[in-house]
This record gives sequence, structure tokens and C-alpha cells, in this order.
Amino acid sequence: MAKRAAIVGTGQTFHKSHRPDVNGQELINEAVSRALLDANLTMKDIDAIIIGNMDHFEGINYVDCWSVDGSGGTMKPVMKITTGGTTGCTIAIGGYHLVASGMFDKVLIVGWEKNSESDTSGAITTAFDPIWDRLVFAGAISGLAAEAQAYIARYGATDRDGARVSVRDRKHALNNPHAQLRKEVSLEEVLASPMLADPIHLLDVCPRTDGACAVIMASEDSAEKITKTPDWIWGTGNRHPYAYLGDADYGRLTSMERTAKEIFKKAGIKEPRKEINVIELYQPYSFAGIIWIEDMGIVPPGKGAEYIWSGATDMGGELPINPSGGVISCNPIGATGLIRCAEAAMQVMGKAEGRQVPDVNHAVSTGFGGCWWTDMILHGKKKPNY
Amino acid sequence: MSNVFKGVEPLVVKSKISVPYHWWAGETASAFFIKLRDEQKISGTWCAACKKLFLPPRKTCPLCFSAQIEWKTVQPVGTVTAFTVVRRQLAAMPRKAPVIYAMIKIDGTETGLLHILDEVKPGDVKIGMRVEAKFAEVRKATIFDIEYFRPAR
Ligand SMILES: [Zn+2]
Repeated sequence: MAKRAAIVGTGQTFHKSHRPDVNGQELINEAVSRALLDANLTMKDIDAIIIGNMDHFEGINYVDCWSVDGSGGTMKPVMKITTGGTTGCTIAIGGYHLVASGMFDKVLIVGWEKNSESDTSGAITTAFDPIWDRLVFAGAISGLAAEAQAYIARYGATDRDGARVSVRDRKHALNNPHAQLRKEVSLEEVLASPMLADPIHLLDVCPRTDGACAVIMASEDSAEKITKTPDWIWGTGNRHPYAYLGDADYGRLTSMERTAKEIFKKAGIKEPRKEINVIELYQPYSFAGIIWIEDMGIVPPGKGAEYIWSGATDMGGELPINPSGGVISCNPIGATGLIRCAEAAMQVMGKAEGRQVPDVNHAVSTGFGGCWWTDMILHGKKKPNY
Repeated sequence: MSNVFKGVEPLVVKSKISVPYHWWAGETASAFFIKLRDEQKISGTWCAACKKLFLPPRKTCPLCFSAQIEWKTVQPVGTVTAFTVVRRQLAAMPRKAPVIYAMIKIDGTETGLLHILDEVKPGDVKIGMRVEAKFAEVRKATIFDIEYFRPAR
């Protein structure tokens, strides 16, 4: 009864630092309405809904029920999934499981966040173990900074290398009307911005954003009737390292390496750099744009910076990364992973407008969570042959 | 897009949730912290199958899920494997910025222990530097019974 599954429609809000004009349900409704319009479907067509956001960010625990006025989920099967930073990617994977299992034909997936409503640093700190890590550690940036320091010590990268990634993503954001931050910056401006946690400057990291994203997935029974250009899901995966902050191999994202290997093997992708045409990387800070593409197998360990400097990942390059402007330009956390997925789908469907990469056959979208876990999706133009 | 806020009078309901917790440290962590408090000794759990010593200790091996673990005491000396200097104050931080957070791989263990470095200038911290635990005078069976790590003497 297993089915192939595809994304047939996407919708997002115009993301902003705060949206005082709408509440959470209304924000969700904007994204859902746009996704239904994009797929030319109505709420009647939707068989189940998966919704997700960050624990503690809005202080609302029964989001699955509370959100139905926005999501259209009244008297439908609704499930909430929350996995921290990866939430948006995990709900896409969960939706895929529902459709691919053959249990539901059309599933609506909704990720959202009103970051402006709470103290998000406090909420993020609850991701760390209360006995071992939380008394010592706080916030999201320190762990990323430790990763960058370890990578620098191992491979000799510099903060200019990180800044080059930030310059790229912020330039790409100019092409995306949905991005929150749309201002070009120079290398010098990144390096001159305040140091938050060595070696991370203010302009190396993501902002806080209010926004929502919705994606509709359908089985092979209906996908091609809904759209001529479905975005087929070729593979999904996720991996968690073990429990405490000190368990990770700082300077390498092992969860990304394992996830990518599993998915590429399944899809028969031998040279990801040549066979993937665009990546929407969940990259919360600049150095991840160097380190994690090595773990994904795009370039060998230590070669990430050279590849970035070559321009290969810029628009028009061999393998554009984050045509949307990425997480550095826009980060409504519970929606962030799903925005990566939706943007990758739009690239495959040829709907990415001013940020379209030509001739996309395969796209990759990812999700990242604070204690070094990874979610990943491989998208494709052709229906998978398995 | 640019004028979405035009004519909007944003109404905000301000509220606060006080959420006190008390977390039971559990069997494994309790054994560790009692030994730390009473004997100023650091101990990890050894998996004989994987031949690895884990710190923080665990009830089962995180790699093979074996429950056949054995406690081993280690010397309070290790190597910095990653670090950062946090310059911006956050309410949840344990002391005033700048704070040096470090991952410390205690000799003989497989995983890093997260802690704070002191008695060293931020600019002098290096990955690979040798550090030792400074135990707290007053110990309360928490991770701060190790007050901080400092360059090994
Ligand atoms: Zn084991």
C-alpha cells in the first residue's frame, strides 16, 4: 500500500521581525490560504494536517487544537510534532510518512512561529539537559561558536570565510520578497559588526522572525492531477547524536554526514556536487555554510571555504545554496525548516520566480537542531523509480 | 507588503508564566554528584563492549545500549576540544560576561564535559590546551562543585 508522494503546493507569509497586526491563528491562515491557492485545492480536499512550532515560544501547548481556525483543521485528523530547530523539516517528513504509507491521500503541513511573543533565549535554553548542561550554558549561539572554533583549529578557516557565506545569503535575499532581512552587506560590515561569541559576529547569525509556511503533499494517485510539475520526495532522513552537549564531535556535524549518506545511497546519487542542482540549507550562522556542506559530501573536509570563495554556491554558480536568502535572512523557527522544504519544492516545480535556479532536477532541503541533530529531504523533478 | 501595518493599532496582552521545576537528578547522575561533593572525585561509566568511558555518565551505553556499565574514577585533568567567549549577557548565564565556555575531554573519557574556564585570559585560550578542575570550597552536589577549569599546573 506504500505510495510515492509529492509536494503539490506551497504558501508562506511575508516574514517580519514582528507581526502586531495578526495573532498566531491568523498568521497560520495566511500561509495555509496561499498553499491551497497555489495547489488550486480547497480545505475539503485535505485529509489530515500536521502542524509544528517551538516548545515554549508562544506558551501554547495544544497548538494542534488551538490552531484549527487558522489551519482549517476543524474535525480533521490533526497532529502536532515539535523537534526544536528541525521542527519544520520534521513535520514535512511526518507528512511524507502519512502520504507514503497510503493512509492519507492529501496532507497539509504547517510550520509557524511568533518569535516576537516571548524570551526565545530562555526557551531555547530548555533544549539543554537541566542537570548537566543548563546550569553552565545558555542561549543558542555559544554552541555554534564552539563548533566554529573547533573547525577553525582543525582546518585553518578564518572569520573572513564565515563572513563570505553571510554576504552570499544576504545578497540572495534581495531576490526573495518573503525574506525578513533584505539588505546587502559587505565582508567588512560583517567583520565590523559586534562580536557575540567568538568568532561569531552579529551579521553572521540569523534574526528572530514572525512567520508561517504551509506545504501540501499528495500521493501519486492525485499529485499529477493537481499539478503538472509535482516535486517528488526521493528520500527523507534524520539522525540524532547522543544526549549531552559535550557528546558531539565539535567541528563536524556527524548527524548530517550519516543522514546524507543514507539518502544519497537510496537515491543512487554518487556525486552529490554534480547531481544536486540547488540546496536550501538550514544554516543558522555563517560558518555552518562551510562546515556542513563538507559533512553533506558536497566537497571534502576542509575544502568548504575554497568552494564558497569560488562562487560555486552563488546564484549562477555550479550549485547555488540558499537562493531564498536562507535562515540568516529569516528565521521563524517552527517554520524555518518547512520554508527550506517549500523553497526547494518551488525550485523543482519552476515556481521560484526571481530566485529560480535553471533546470533543477534534484534539490536538497535540511533542518538543524541545537544539540547537533539533522533532518534532510531529497527532492526531484522525476518520479522516483522505487 | 510594505504597508501591512498601516492603520493597525496593535493590541498586546502582556502576561507571564512562572514555571518552577525540580528535576530529580536520577540514579546515575546522583551517584556522580555525591562522589563529587563528598570525595572531590570525577567518575564516568565504562562500556566493556565498546571499550569507551562516558562522561557525563549514563545508565546505558549510548552507542550499543548495553546496561552492563562499570564506574571508573578519572583524574580531574583534560584537554580543551572546543570553546567560545560569550560577550553578550543573557539572563540565564551563570556569571557576568565575558564568559569562556569550553568542552573539556577529561583524560581517558570518550565525550566532552561542558564547563567554564577561569584563571586565563580569553585571548590565551587555545584548543588543545591542558586544563584541571578547581573544586568548589562549598559543594552542593551540582556541576558547580567543580567551580571551573583552569590551565593545568
Ligand atoms: Zn557500548
